[in-house]
Amino acid sequence: MSFLGNLFAKRNTSTVARDRLQILLAHERSAGIGDSDLITKLHQEILEVIKRHVTVDQDKVQIKLDGGSNGCSMLEIDIEVPQVEKKKEASQSA
Amino acid sequence: MAKVLVVTSGKGGVGKTTSTAALGAALAQTGQNVVVIDFDVGLRNLDLVMGAERRVVFDLINVVQGDAKLAQALIRDKRCETLSILPASQTRDKDALTSEGVAKVMEELREKFDWIVCDSPAGIERGAQLAMYHADMAVVVTNPEVSSVRDSDRIIGMLDSTTERAKRGEKVEKHLLLTRYDPGRAARGEMLSTEDVLEILSIPLLGIVPESEEVLRASNVGSPVTLSNPESAPARAYFEAARRLQGEKLEVHVPVERKGLFDWLFKKRVA
Repeated sequence: MSFLGNLFAKRNTSTVARDRLQILLAHERSAGIGDSDLITKLHQEILEVIKRHVTVDQDKVQIKLDGGSNGCSMLEIDIEVPQVEKKKEASQSA
Repeated sequence: MAKVLVVTSGKGGVGKTTSTAALGAALAQTGQNVVVIDFDVGLRNLDLVMGAERRVVFDLINVVQGDAKLAQALIRDKRCETLSILPASQTRDKDALTSEGVAKVMEELREKFDWIVCDSPAGIERGAQLAMYHADMAVVVTNPEVSSVRDSDRIIGMLDSTTERAKRGEKVEKHLLLTRYDPGRAARGEMLSTEDVLEILSIPLLGIVPESEEVLRASNVGSPVTLSNPESAPARAYFEAARRLQGEKLEVHVPVERKGLFDWLFKKRVA
């Protein structure tokens, strides 16, 4: 009798597969290109990390996310580091 | 007016080449002039599945680079005279395939054929992009399995964004071909059902090709299944898919092997 119970209690694996796919694809379809929230978040967090080590101008950090022509998008991060800091580093390592 | 059809999937091993050969042969058997092109440079296999591997002299890259005329590279099928094959190169670098070169070959093929069926390589990189770029229609080959469905979703996104038609603001007509389907397992809830896959991918269903021994049997002998065993279940699925591609409205069902008297009892209707 118990095996019959198990049979009915057990969720079909195809239902699991369908639900997993629906969640994943909803996420994948919405993520990526042109997601302005993501860009703002990345901008803030990257800046925080850099600030711990060097002083950079808020405006000298550029983050771009391009939906490239070959089906993959490219995350471009451009950070201008002040000259003085670089020289200091160079003399330290020398 | 020639139709360019790409057979694509993202994921490898789901049956793109098998489907290209079977659909190409099915279309050719209706009297239409058909060419099947292999875009998988470096890993060509369409010639082998079609049984033309020993007749390859020139290939797509030779034509693209101007080393051979198109007519020299085309191989006419021995069983079906309206069917031709344009093989890929096995030895060359994939970068030898340029988008300008492919565009030129496509233009020339459009004048000669009614159907140009492009067999895409797996993946989403340049080869796959080139294969789909000129397409008017796409057959997205999908197995009822999570990784295949996910990759198909990705490919559908690409068909809507990176093709020539998409760039002109037009749509590529997309069709779902569900392959290696096991109706029994789907009914028992062990395999994604047709409804599940259709709901997730939301493109129209072109056909359901059941899992069948006939497919391997056909590739063993180098013949599209629609030529080697036209009465088999997968062949009938491909014949019906070909008719739908030509605009016929047919109800989709899963063909079963004709084994006995009670065959009709098991005939399942879906979608």
